[in-house]
Amino acid sequence: MIHSLFLVSTAGHIFLEKHWKSVISRSVCDYLFEAQGKASAPENVPPVIATPHHYLISVYRDRIFFVAVIQTEVPPLFVIEFLHRVAETFQDYFGECSEASIKDNVVIVYELLEEMLDNGFPLATEANILKEMIKPPTILRSVVNTITGGSSNVGGTLPTGQLSNIPWRRTGVKYTNNEAYFDVVEEIDAILDKSGTVVFAEIQGVIDACVKLSGMPDLTLSFVNPRLLDDVSFHPCVRFKRWEAERVLSFIPPDGNFRLMSYHVNAQNLVAIPVYVKQNVSFFETGSSGRLDITVGPKQTMGKTIEDVVITVHMPKVVLNANLTTNQGTSTYDPVTKVLVWDIGKLNQQKVPNLKGSLSLQSGAPRPDENPTLNIDLRIQQLAISGLKVNRLNMFGEKYKPFKGVKYVTKAGKFQVRT
Amino acid sequence: VFSIKSYSALNLYSCSLKNEDLKEMLESNKESLKLEAMKRIVGLIAKGKNASELFPAVVKNVASKNIELKKLVYVYLVRYAEEQQDLALLSISTFQRALKDPNQLIRASALRVLSSIRVPIIVPIMMLAIKEAATDLSPYVRKTAAHAIQKLYSLDPEQKEHLIEVIDKLLKDKSTLVAGSVVMAFEEVCPDRIDLIHKNYRKLCNLLVDVEEWGQVVIITMLTRYARTQFLSPWREDALFDENSEKAFYDSDVEKEKADSKPYMMDPDHRLLLRNTKPLLQSRNTAVVMAVAQLYWHLAPKQEVSIVTKSLVRLLRSHREVQYIVLQNIATMSIQRKGMFEPFLKSFYVRSTDATHIKTLKLEILTNLATEANISTILREFQTYVKSQDKQFAATTIQAIGRCATNISEITDTCLNGLVLLLSNRDETVVAECVVVIKKLLQTQPSQHSDIIKHMAKLLDNITVPMARASILWLIGEYCERVPKIAPDVLRKVAKSFTSEEDIVKLQTLNLAAKLYLTNSKQTKLLTQYILNLGKYDQNYDIRDRTRFLRQLIVPNEKSGALSKYAKRILLASKPAPVLESAFKDRDRFQLGTLSHTLNAKASGYLELSDWPTVAPDQSVRNVEVMEPQSLERQPSTRGSDLFAYHLLVLLCSDSDDAKEKKRPKPKLDSVSSHSKASSSSDNTASSGSESEEDTDSDSEPEQKKKKKLRTALCEFQAAPSIRVSSPVFVPPKSHELLHRMSGKGLAVSYHFPRQPCAYSHRMVSVQLTLTNGRDQPLEDICVGEAGPPGIAIHRFATIERLQPEASITVSMGIDFNDSTQAANFQLCTKTDQFSVSIQPAVGELLMPVTMTEQDFLKEQGQLTGMNESSVTITIAPDSMSSQPVGRKVVSVANMGVVPSSQNSIHRFAAKTVSSGSLVLSSVVLQEASTAKLVVNTEKTVLGSVLLRELKTALSQG
Repeated sequence: MIHSLFLVSTAGHIFLEKHWKSVISRSVCDYLFEAQGKASAPENVPPVIATPHHYLISVYRDRIFFVAVIQTEVPPLFVIEFLHRVAETFQDYFGECSEASIKDNVVIVYELLEEMLDNGFPLATEANILKEMIKPPTILRSVVNTITGGSSNVGGTLPTGQLSNIPWRRTGVKYTNNEAYFDVVEEIDAILDKSGTVVFAEIQGVIDACVKLSGMPDLTLSFVNPRLLDDVSFHPCVRFKRWEAERVLSFIPPDGNFRLMSYHVNAQNLVAIPVYVKQNVSFFETGSSGRLDITVGPKQTMGKTIEDVVITVHMPKVVLNANLTTNQGTSTYDPVTKVLVWDIGKLNQQKVPNLKGSLSLQSGAPRPDENPTLNIDLRIQQLAISGLKVNRLNMFGEKYKPFKGVKYVTKAGKFQVRT
Repeated sequence: VFSIKSYSALNLYSCSLKNEDLKEMLESNKESLKLEAMKRIVGLIAKGKNASELFPAVVKNVASKNIELKKLVYVYLVRYAEEQQDLALLSISTFQRALKDPNQLIRASALRVLSSIRVPIIVPIMMLAIKEAATDLSPYVRKTAAHAIQKLYSLDPEQKEHLIEVIDKLLKDKSTLVAGSVVMAFEEVCPDRIDLIHKNYRKLCNLLVDVEEWGQVVIITMLTRYARTQFLSPWREDALFDENSEKAFYDSDVEKEKADSKPYMMDPDHRLLLRNTKPLLQSRNTAVVMAVAQLYWHLAPKQEVSIVTKSLVRLLRSHREVQYIVLQNIATMSIQRKGMFEPFLKSFYVRSTDATHIKTLKLEILTNLATEANISTILREFQTYVKSQDKQFAATTIQAIGRCATNISEITDTCLNGLVLLLSNRDETVVAECVVVIKKLLQTQPSQHSDIIKHMAKLLDNITVPMARASILWLIGEYCERVPKIAPDVLRKVAKSFTSEEDIVKLQTLNLAAKLYLTNSKQTKLLTQYILNLGKYDQNYDIRDRTRFLRQLIVPNEKSGALSKYAKRILLASKPAPVLESAFKDRDRFQLGTLSHTLNAKASGYLELSDWPTVAPDQSVRNVEVMEPQSLERQPSTRGSDLFAYHLLVLLCSDSDDAKEKKRPKPKLDSVSSHSKASSSSDNTASSGSESEEDTDSDSEPEQKKKKKLRTALCEFQAAPSIRVSSPVFVPPKSHELLHRMSGKGLAVSYHFPRQPCAYSHRMVSVQLTLTNGRDQPLEDICVGEAGPPGIAIHRFATIERLQPEASITVSMGIDFNDSTQAANFQLCTKTDQFSVSIQPAVGELLMPVTMTEQDFLKEQGQLTGMNESSVTITIAPDSMSSQPVGRKVVSVANMGVVPSSQNSIHRFAAKTVSSGSLVLSSVVLQEASTAKLVVNTEKTVLGSVLLRELKTALSQG
């Protein structure tokens, strides 16, 4: 399936190549560079490119192109999903997925890729299995290796997970403090129009877990109001039958961090928009200037504070500079990327943050006919905006009493205000 | 002498040592130095640098004891063996030895490397190694063997026949680990050998939920192709897809004249595939979700396809690349099935931060989804896009508006006016696109729009985009008679700028000139001559050609033949309006989700999806003679494992921690069960070695025999073509209390009849018990104690060792009620207590549904008269007078199958008793004034009269 993999930096430098079948010349990447030249940004490079003898399927993330070379028919999503899984594994192993960290750990990267694919077909992609085969680098180990001349990073036996019916969990896990934390993170995706009316709004959520429990715990997580959940997808550990029948999540968790489920909240429920935005951006026909006036305030917040509010505006190309004053937070305008960022911080009821001032335009250029869109970021702690609530978490199969915790956070997802 | 520290401090990647130094390090006797050298060499390979000259030094270390060093040498070997074939042969013996290693990981990696060395000489060795590994006890090694098949095939395609044998063997493997890999090998080596799949079809369907994600994708894609060759199309008008769509029966009455038009019944295997893939829509892996979606698209009855919509829309939250592929597939689907995605219209709204290709696809889908009802919403949305800063996107939006306008005639005028307003836009790309789209729209109804044409003529002064200029010129030429004053003036202007125009504009200028010459030669004769002369000496030969052609056509002279008489009819013929179509219109010729679909071109190795067969192929090919024990892979309640078709599988095995690499001792064969059980005992599958499985062996032994019996029984039913056991009509299960929490000292038990064929014996009715522990202490050793009365046989459930507080568990048991409504009494025992309980079956649960034709029904009914018939006239509840309520009420009381009926007022139902297999027929004849005659025919007269009474109660209730 996957013939070769090239990792390419945005600058067009191929800094890693790996072949699972016969070697394919790196010149095949020229087709990618050609497409990159045509696209205005790396994000706009098409993920599937046909070349005379091969097909290139690539993903772009963390400023790296992961380019898979394919020779025959294969579901493109299969490759795309796998490439993202590779990037996530690097992230997990090295703390970040970047050109520098991959270059620093090139041997581990190679060993990982060797285990993840055999003849181009995925062999082991579960983090728990990989970590038993190839140990992630730690500062301690690298120090020890330097002094002793290197102990092995590679496991000599087949990880138990590879053969068991729960490949996502290692056996023999032991912790002195047994704890299980669940983060319910909800994101509001919304489009508001000029007048502040909601064009489109929905809530997407995920439950991320950090489970550090000894042995083979069998967990059951139930909700107060599972009916809110409209569409769900699960980590393979969740027993789908139990969910269908009882609406509870029953699972033997992987060890460590993982995403337990993602969900979409029933569309019938109206989405509470936590902030209101009043904006007025205008460009004048004469004098090459414009005005900007934005006010943000809290709306339906269920008594919680809205934090980390940031408004980002992609200005039209003709805007040369912005002369703005604000009564809260800081605003910066980057004349190169034409991005205005207003970092507000906390919203409080008494004082309403406001940003206003003038924009200077390139003289002689025609007035831009569209006003820029505002992208809003925000965060509300201890609140799931949909009202979803975890009822209880039970553990079976082990004797100890674990420490359990659930945290709720609401964030803005793709939250845009059109002007 | 090298000091390690000095190297380690340097960055592995950037530091480059001379090959000489590396060689020296490799030849040193210090393990750490060798490892260090190998790490550097791998760094070189990663960078794409040539390290081939180190081959002799590296290959010496292939037998190293250090696992990491060995692995790195493997990496090197696989990379360079093809270039250094002779030297590579030196390492072969090491691998051959490693293939016999007791450690499964070493065996597997030796096979991986051996098969990855692309050296033709070792093909026989590889073949041997693969054959051996395919029978290895470790499923991990067998999985590696499946991968090696493909490698050997690509190295030497002549081995195909031998490899197919190995594939056939591995397809029979019951390990979930192997399934995905071997199907992958099948797809690469012999995708046309569909016959190898038959016997494994049901097993693959049942294993599917437990296979790892990547294997699921491959298996689903393969089964999609398989199903299209083996099952009849479910897309027939009169098809009966599901248990609860009886309506189809009654509507198809019209066609009953055709003696042979039997109503479509979905093959149970077809249904099995659909049912077992459905839970995978909830997978976190986007490729799996897409695979299931395409399976439903290509295989499911039309009304069931829409269950995939939500999941596909969910994928739009995923990575950008995933969105791209999913949107493409939705675009293709939305052309044929608007309704599927219309409720999710807003999910396709474009955001300013979307990538260009995503925006374009969303626009495409919005256009496909446009209907009269939602067009105003969509147009409002489009208006925002037109103002976008991304001008290319704005232009694409205008095309989209054009398409909506032609497809929905009500809004053509609105769109046209909107587009005309846009003509004053500042951006030229937008204006140009508008012109092109307006041109196309005007062509559909030119008569009313001379104003617009005039307006466009004025635009010509300012527009520079060639395509737009050409479009305006064509418009004026085509409708020159509507703008008689302006047209010659336009010609004058372009004549002036002719030499500096683009080719496409020049061609249209020539066209305009010719058309005007024919309609208004008085004013334009000289201008035309001038333009034709310019064209004659143009640099582009297309333009010279066109000039010559037009001159001959329109300017009459002695040489121009008969054609010039028709010049006007040729040039000014009314032209058909262009059809604005989606770019995705014909994409559905490719299987969805494939690379070929994405590229809209056949990728190499693409396997065509065949059309449905017109005649049903033999269904029995998928029957497996010996009922194979299902893989006991998972814990009882893991994921969807228990979705199995016939509920045959009783998962008793607890977690198997590791495959102990030894054969499990054969369980002693009990004298009663004489048939072979070899498959489960000698074949060490993934779950083998777990002790709990051995515990249950004594249980599963007779069970398997019974399974076999059941299978034979099922086959017998299938053999008689007229009367077949069908799957039960779905009714919400009614739960009855067996033991109350108070009287059970905390243990509460309820039961219901799942209406599934019983796995233990075909004479038994299956009953599911749900046990809940209401105490605050665990209950232990729950089992069934003494049972009675003597005529009733009970298959006990396996002892539940421990039931935690608050926990509940569902177990199934089988009871042979002997076709009587006598209660089955038995004792439920826990470690400390015993409770007497009894299950009183409802008569309707003692039946299993059968299907037959109307003729057969009447024939059988005719034989069961007199004593065997009981009938009653009842007053029926008014809402039951139509067909569906009657059917629903009957099946909710009794587990009967619906028999097609040619009369609307007669409803017929048929079943067999579970224990003795006697036929039970029932018919309801609706009469006037809310009365109906209810008849039950069966040789079990007692049962018949009880059934009659129950049906009567059910039907007369509102």
